[in-house]
Amino acid sequence: MSEKVNINFSVNGDQETREAVVGQTLLKFIRDELHLTGTKEGCEIGECGACIVLLNGKPVNSCMVLAVELDGQELVTIEGLAKNGELDRIQQAFIDHAAFQCGYCTPGMIISARALLDRKPSPTDEDINEALSGNLCRCGAYQEIREAIKASSKK
Amino acid sequence: MAELKYVGTSVPRKDAIEKVTGSAQFIEDRFLGPMLYAKMKKSTVAHGKIKRLDTTKALKHPGVKAVLTGKDYPNKIGLYLVDRDFMAVEKVRFWGEPVAIVAAVTEQAAVEAVELIEVEYEELPGVFDPIEAMKPDAPIIHEDLGSYDLVPIFYPQPGTNIANHFKLRKGDVDKGFAEADMVIERDYYVPQMQHVPIETHKAAAHWSPDGKLTIWSTAQSPNVVRQLLAKSMNIPMHKIRIISSYIGGGFGCKAGASLEGLVVPFAQKFPGHVVRIVFNREEDMQGTFTRQALNAHLKTGVRKNGRITALEYKMIWDGGAYTEYGVNIVRAAGYSSTGAYDIPNVKTDSYCVYTNNSIGGPVRGFGMCEMQWGIERQLEAIAKELKMDPLEIRLINGMKEGSTTASGQVVHDVAFDKCLKIVAEKIGWGKKEGNFRGKGIAGLVKCPAQPSNAASSAIIRINEDGTAHVMVGATEMGQGMLTVISQIAAEGLHIPVDKIDIKVPDTDFTPYEWQSVGSRITYTCGTSVKRAAEDALGQIYRNASNLLEVPPEDLIFDGEKVYSTKDPTKSATIREVADSCKKCTGEGIAGPIIGTGSFVPTNMTNLDSETGQGNPGMFYCFGATAVEVEVDPETGVIKILQLAASIDSGKAINPRLCTTQLHGGTIMGLSTALYEEVLFDKGIMLNRNFTDYKIATIENVPHMDSFIIETPETNGPYGARGIGEQPMIGVAPAIANAVCDALGVDFNTFPLTPERVWRAIKAKQ
Ligand code: FES
Ligand code: FES
Repeated sequence: MSEKVNINFSVNGDQETREAVVGQTLLKFIRDELHLTGTKEGCEIGECGACIVLLNGKPVNSCMVLAVELDGQELVTIEGLAKNGELDRIQQAFIDHAAFQCGYCTPGMIISARALLDRKPSPTDEDINEALSGNLCRCGAYQEIREAIKASSKK
Repeated sequence: MAELKYVGTSVPRKDAIEKVTGSAQFIEDRFLGPMLYAKMKKSTVAHGKIKRLDTTKALKHPGVKAVLTGKDYPNKIGLYLVDRDFMAVEKVRFWGEPVAIVAAVTEQAAVEAVELIEVEYEELPGVFDPIEAMKPDAPIIHEDLGSYDLVPIFYPQPGTNIANHFKLRKGDVDKGFAEADMVIERDYYVPQMQHVPIETHKAAAHWSPDGKLTIWSTAQSPNVVRQLLAKSMNIPMHKIRIISSYIGGGFGCKAGASLEGLVVPFAQKFPGHVVRIVFNREEDMQGTFTRQALNAHLKTGVRKNGRITALEYKMIWDGGAYTEYGVNIVRAAGYSSTGAYDIPNVKTDSYCVYTNNSIGGPVRGFGMCEMQWGIERQLEAIAKELKMDPLEIRLINGMKEGSTTASGQVVHDVAFDKCLKIVAEKIGWGKKEGNFRGKGIAGLVKCPAQPSNAASSAIIRINEDGTAHVMVGATEMGQGMLTVISQIAAEGLHIPVDKIDIKVPDTDFTPYEWQSVGSRITYTCGTSVKRAAEDALGQIYRNASNLLEVPPEDLIFDGEKVYSTKDPTKSATIREVADSCKKCTGEGIAGPIIGTGSFVPTNMTNLDSETGQGNPGMFYCFGATAVEVEVDPETGVIKILQLAASIDSGKAINPRLCTTQLHGGTIMGLSTALYEEVLFDKGIMLNRNFTDYKIATIENVPHMDSFIIETPETNGPYGARGIGEQPMIGVAPAIANAVCDALGVDFNTFPLTPERVWRAIKAKQ
């Protein structure tokens, strides 16, 4: 059977200790072990951005990170953005601007957008394009996504 | 029409909160229970006989529960032409075709076991070009073509690789060419593309000992999956349940039935287990439908005044190894073969041809992007020859109220000229802005491609508190069905949208819907929902009339209460109306209110087998795209400076969602115009991931200007028509026309990659 190790981490603000299978990706760990299915899989090889989560505040493709690397880190997934039943500003802006269609890329998009706004509260179009260039949206909601991010930036 | 309250408003999407919080369940999120993982063994040759297939080692691998081959499971499936094996039986017809499938207790064990399956092939000569495949000495891919079941509107030619030959003859082309002042003849080519929804194809199956089969699937059309599996496996329909969830993008690739059947035999073998199959990106690109490549030849006759007098259109489509669905794309392109233009004399031959490439099938546009590429590029060539404004020639020949299509169908409620003019004006048509800059325009049209008996139905249940549940069989893949259908229901019921609940389909509970394809749902499902709402409202009034002793025509339902317009004190709540009893006697009047509605088009006909004449279009949706580009002559890189798109949606049920569809389709069109082409080497798909197969990212997408034109569709619900696919159609030709305007270079194919553009510039110098 596959080797397992104990890891300590925080997920969406809660401290957790779990066993992780060596070799398992963080993406699979988040979905199959933590049962946080908001994080999506679109390619498994770091090309689509559907699996992006915040690791210590930085956006990472969770399919390209191993679960054991989570040890000692702070993980935020899409489920962790809304606080006390209140949507994050960027989530509300995605609704107001209809910035998604099928919604499959949306968790990754919103996490990337959150990370951008944390880093740069008033991004330009170029900043947005650059920060989200690793997030594919086949439904083509890009124009609305740009508008949503602009609307939730600090004026 | 009375003033509309809910239809025509941009209410937020019904699925909005779920989708932004990560709580939206896609199908894989609903695979629960004791799980088995299925993985396919795929062929390593494009055309060959299976000489030896040995699964012994795989079966012994730890964790493996079973291995099946095509021989164990020789069932066939197909929507229009039943030509497709779930797994290859005796021979393989494309590279990557499943030849065996493993079920194991972990995904890893399944992957490892697949490697242990030994297969030997006797390679057969392959054919990878449909033109070659039509030659008399070409290797035959389907020897049994003559014995396949089919819908009798398709014309395969047994003994050849022709899976369908669609013929259209309108007017008299010889006369038309004789009347012309000029004849232009050119070839065009459109390569294969892939849909690449971010969610790949997924399915799971469960068999319970009482013989009930449950399937969870990303399918766009649960009812069709049920119908095809019932037939293929001889299971009665009430014993098959197909569960849908939010779909992470469809664009046609999840239409029909795809991978569901692969896991059914395992489910039957291991009752109680959930047997899942999840395609990875590579499998999704290579093993599911691709857009069929098109070789087009157009001969057009035109008078000096710009009026087109005749068109001869020959289309040779690369149907790939199986054309169960593709045969209808070829037919649709054939009966629509004049595009958005009224041409009196037409001769079209459209051939669907088997090759040993990946399976061809439906993609957003269903043949129209490919077929209208030639139409719109040809118009450009004609305009150039006649020294005529490209917009002008489109306005002269464009369909108008009462025009006839290639199949002789008369079109109504048409404002194509408006669509063209508005985008042209937006980009400053007619003004040359500088050296390497150019402007281009293209028109577009599409009707849903569907059988004339493609039906829809709806059930509406009114709750005791006046809220309602709407049940339909349409799926939600991003197009906004849940929201738009709720708005139609709200309007008919007088109940606000936020008091209406609507779910994605589950065939055990939701009523029949043919397919969520062809931009048809707003129209077809929408009409059945409108009828169901009228039915429910009628019941509300009838019951209330009885209860309040007021004639129904004097009653009004305001969403909460029913009251008399003559005497508002005579009123009852919906609860009182629903479970009503006569006040004086206590005798029951009626029970809970359930409205039903169904729809089947009444304006379609079959097409004549020799002339292709008839009415294939339930409605026609027109639009236009205009762009301004700047081309770097050193690198061949195209920069989109302006992009304007218009679509005549009829009444826009939800204008904001119409705009997102218009944007989404335009971006997909832009992506195919500039980047996308599936590359094959003797049937081997070379670009099978997002690095090798580039699609547009946010960085590639310029600002778009969009125009929703609202010419009411007489038969559509509240005057609406569907628009999901159409915006994609005009983008590639509009960009090519603009590049042509900028540099005087010409293209008969796309994508317009920097290399292709650069080569065209060099060739011209
Ligand atoms: S699944 Fe991780 S980038 Fe695509
Ligand atoms: S909304 Fe469908 S992929 Fe982005």
